[in-house]
Amino acid sequence: MIVTTTKGDMDDSLLEHRAGEIENDNELTTWTEYWLDGELVHRSAHVTLKKIPTFAGGAAASF
Amino acid sequence: MANTQSMVTSFLSELMLAQHQLGTSTIVSRGSLTAPTTDTLKAALYLASATVNASTTAYSATNEVSGTGYTAGGVTVTNATAPTSTNSSATAGVGFFTPSASIVYTTVTLTTAFDAVLIYNSTQSNKAISVHTFGSQTITAGTFTLTMPSNTTTTALLRLATT
Repeated sequence: MIVTTTKGDMDDSLLEHRAGEIENDNELTTWTEYWLDGELVHRSAHVTLKKIPTFAGGAAASF
Repeated sequence: MANTQSMVTSFLSELMLAQHQLGTSTIVSRGSLTAPTTDTLKAALYLASATVNASTTAYSATNEVSGTGYTAGGVTVTNATAPTSTNSSATAGVGFFTPSASIVYTTVTLTTAFDAVLIYNSTQSNKAISVHTFGSQTITAGTFTLTMPSNTTTTALLRLATT
């Protein structure tokens, strides 16, 4: 797979792949990183918003 | 300094003034009586050191992210779905709206940590609508995607409820 990096497009077989995920009440976030010789050359993130904003620090906007 | 997730306060009164029209236009209003248009919403990212919150009234470039591939002001939000309202009783109702597609910043490099997105109405003098926060992120030659929650009474991105 070709990956867009700071060095240009590269085949992922040449890169170290790291990925992670965090989930809490507010979001589900995943990220993907590609490293080349200890240098971060690509990082993407995907945030799924889960929580509606509160109004003025209270409950859901109400009036 | 910190960003705080909230629907902005000014949005509430602006709704009563009909200053926003989210989603597919359903009424004849404002600019043209014969060809009403939907307002354009945009989404701008803010640094973790910024202060965007319920008191934010309009988009500002101050403390907005900057970097390769990112245009000041952010990206256009797809808002093809009109707001919906429903009620479960005479005194309990809810109006809700969610953009109809993910918000995507394609092939950007944002090296300073950011943790908030401001959704605002670029048609109506960049009036602020809401702030949404998430864990701090940086992007390197990559894509940042914000996926919207389900557009329901309990999970929609914007929700106005009677109690």
